[in-house]
Amino acid sequence: MSSPTETGTRRPFPHRNLLGISQLNQYEILDLIDRAEAMIPISRQPRKTLPTLSGKTQINLFFEPSTRTQSSFEIAGKRLGAQVTNMSVKTSSVTKGETLIDTAATLNAMQPDVIIVRHGAAGAVELLSQKVGCAVINAGDGAHEHPTQALLDALTIRQHKGSLAGLTVAICGDIANSRVARSNLLLLGAMQARTRVIAPKTLLPRGIEAMATEVFTDMREGLKGADVVMMLRLQHERAAGKLIPSIREYYRFYGLDAEKLALAKPDAIVMHPGPMNRGVEIDPAIADGPRSVINQQVEMGVAVRMAVLDALLADREVTA
Amino acid sequence: MSAPIVISNARIVDPATNTDKRGALLVADGKIAGVSEGAPQGAPEGATLVDARGLIVAPGLIDMRVFTGEPGHEYRETLATAGEAAAAGGVTSFVLMPDTTPAVDDGAIVDFIIRRAAATAKVNVLPAAAITRGLRGEEITEFGLLKEAGAVCLADGRNSIQSAALLRAAMSYAANFDLPIVHHVAEKSLIGEGVMNEGTLATVFGLKGIPAEAETIPLARDLQLAALTGARYHAAQISTSGSVELVAAARQRGTISAGISINNLALNENDVAPYRSFFKLSPPLRSEDDRQAMIEGLKSGTIDTIHSAHDPQDTEVKRQPFAEAADGAIGLETLLAAALRLVHSGDVPLLTILRALTLRPAEILGLNSGRLAAGAPADFILLDLDFPWVVAEADIVSRSRNTAFEGARMQGAVMHTFVAGRRVFSHAAAGEFSA
Repeated sequence: MSSPTETGTRRPFPHRNLLGISQLNQYEILDLIDRAEAMIPISRQPRKTLPTLSGKTQINLFFEPSTRTQSSFEIAGKRLGAQVTNMSVKTSSVTKGETLIDTAATLNAMQPDVIIVRHGAAGAVELLSQKVGCAVINAGDGAHEHPTQALLDALTIRQHKGSLAGLTVAICGDIANSRVARSNLLLLGAMQARTRVIAPKTLLPRGIEAMATEVFTDMREGLKGADVVMMLRLQHERAAGKLIPSIREYYRFYGLDAEKLALAKPDAIVMHPGPMNRGVEIDPAIADGPRSVINQQVEMGVAVRMAVLDALLADREVTA
Repeated sequence: MSAPIVISNARIVDPATNTDKRGALLVADGKIAGVSEGAPQGAPEGATLVDARGLIVAPGLIDMRVFTGEPGHEYRETLATAGEAAAAGGVTSFVLMPDTTPAVDDGAIVDFIIRRAAATAKVNVLPAAAITRGLRGEEITEFGLLKEAGAVCLADGRNSIQSAALLRAAMSYAANFDLPIVHHVAEKSLIGEGVMNEGTLATVFGLKGIPAEAETIPLARDLQLAALTGARYHAAQISTSGSVELVAAARQRGTISAGISINNLALNENDVAPYRSFFKLSPPLRSEDDRQAMIEGLKSGTIDTIHSAHDPQDTEVKRQPFAEAADGAIGLETLLAAALRLVHSGDVPLLTILRALTLRPAEILGLNSGRLAAGAPADFILLDLDFPWVVAEADIVSRSRNTAFEGARMQGAVMHTFVAGRRVFSHAAAGEFSA
C-alpha cells in the first residue's frame, strides 16, 4: 500500500466538509492521520504558529457544552493563524424560535471560512452544512459521529502500535449513545482493525453487529487479547436505575480495573475520550497509570484538528 | 340540479360487485342512476355525453385518515385547501382527524366543521370525534352527542390511549351508539425517544429506534378489549408483520378491521437515509420484510383500508434535524398513484387496491358511497391507469409541501373527479370533458 506522506506532492483533500468517518475511504483517513502526525512538532515548539490559515475566519458553534473539544478546535485554529470565534448556543435560545437553519443562514452571512458544529441531534451538522457556503466540521452530532475524535484516537494508537491493521480494539461502555464508538468502529473497520464492542445488553443498540467485528456482554471475555482498550463515558445520571441498576454494579462488571485489564495483551494501551468518570467506568489507578494514553489523546486532538482545518481550508485556496 | 351525465366506453371497475368490464355509467340528480354493459341504453334528454375511451371509471376514494389545520393552524391547511388536494387525488370523501385547535371533542366543533366544509370544501368531509377530551387520553367525550352532531367515528388522532381501563370504557360506551373506534396504537414508554424503526439503520445513523413491539403490544391489548366489549374496532394504522398476524387471528372474535398508511405500503426505512425528515412518520417506515408482510395482509384481506395519513406540516417544523422534526407527510394527491405502484408491479390486483380505498372504508364507516350502485352518491373518478408523471413540489395543491414522494415517478393519474355528480377536478392533461 502506498502511503501518501510526501508533503508537497500530496493531492488536495477531496471533500468540502468533514461530517463523518463514513464519508472517507481508507486512503483519505490515512492522509488525514499523516497530515496530523506532521502537525505534532508545531505544538511542541516554542513558537507554536503557522501562517497557513491567516486571514481565515473560524466559528465554533456548540449547541452542547464542551470544554475540551471546543478549546481543542480553538487552539488548533489559532495555531494555524485563523481568527476564531466561539458561539455557545444554549438550547434555550433554540427553543425561542430560531431554527438550526435560521442560525446557519445568519452565520453564513458573516462569511466564515469554516464552521465547527456540535449538536445534540444526529444529522444536524449535515443539515447545517447544506445551508452554508463554507466548510463544516462535525464536532459531534447526537449519537451519530465524532470524526475528529476517531482520527485522534487512530493517531494515538498508531504512535504506540505502528499500524492499525490487524490490531484488536475493544470499545467498552455506553455504545448505544456514543458517537465516539460509531466513528471509531467505522474508522477502525476501514483500516482493517478487529473491533469489539463490550456493554451490558441495555447499552448495546440493535444491529450493532453490522458495525463491529464482535459483540460481548462479558467484559472479561471481550478484553482477552486486546491491543487497545477504549473506555467510554457513561451518562450515569441518565442510565442509573433504568439501563443499569447502579454505578457500583456497573463498575463491578464493566469498570476497567487492574484485574480486568490483565486479560488484555501485556502491552495493551488504555484510552478514554474524556471527560472521565473515575470510579464509574475506570479505576483512577488505571486512568492515571502507565498504560493510560489519555493525556496523549488530548495532545493528538490538537494535531488532528489542525490537520483537518488545513486539509479543508488551505487546499481549497488551490482549487478555488 | 346539474344535467344528467352519461359516461360511455369506459372500463368500469367497482369492487362492490367485483366488476371490471366495459360499460357506461349513468348519473342523475347527484346520484348514480345505473351502470350498463356495453353501449348506454336510453340516455336521458339533455344529458351530457362523455366518451371515456381509455379511462377507468371507479368509485371516488374514501380516505380514513386526514389532518388539516382548520381550526387553529390554517397556515398548514384549511378544509378548502385539503378539499382541493383531495379532489386532485381522486379522494371524494375523507375522515378528518380531530387533532385541531381546539380538538374535535365537542358537538359544537363537529357542527362547525360540517358547516365550514359544506361552505368551502369540494369533497365530503367526515369528522371523526375525539375519543378523549382534548385528546389527552384521560376522560371520554360525549359519544352520543358527537354522533348526533354528525361524527362518523371516534378516533384520538395522533394520540394513542395508554390506559387499558379507559379504552375499555370507551369501547363499551361506543358500542351503545354503534360508533366505530379508530385507534392509533403506540406504546409511549416503548417508543421513548425513538424516531425511526429500530434496527441496524437506526444504529448506524445514531438515531433512537422504535421497536415493532411498541405497536404489537397495545394492538394485542386493543383486540382483546374489542372482543370483551363487542365494540366495532378499527386499528387505525398498522406497520409490522406481527400486527398482521394479530389482526388475522382476532378477526374471528370480534368486529375487527385494520388500516394502513400508504407510506408503509410504498416506502421502507431505507428511504429515511440520510436524515430525510420528510420521511419521519408515525408509525415509522419499517423494514422491507414488514412492507412485504403488509402487502400480503392487504391481499388476504387482513388489512382492510389504505389511507393517505395526510398530515400537512410547515417547513419550520419539518426542516429540522431528524430527531427534532415533526412527524407526518401530506398524501391526498399521491395516495392513489402510490397505491397503483403495487398494481403495476404485479403485487396486488387493481380490484383489491380499489376495494381498500373505496368500499371497505365505506362499509366500516356505514356509508352508502364507495361503490357504483344505483342510488349511491355520484362520487367517482375517471382514471388514466398508465398516465406517467413525476411528483414535483411546484405542482402540489395542498398548502403544505411536506411530501414523502418528492421527485417520485408515478404511473396513473386521476383525469376527472366527481362529487355528488358535480365535476370538482379535471387534470391539465385531460381532454375536453364532454364528447
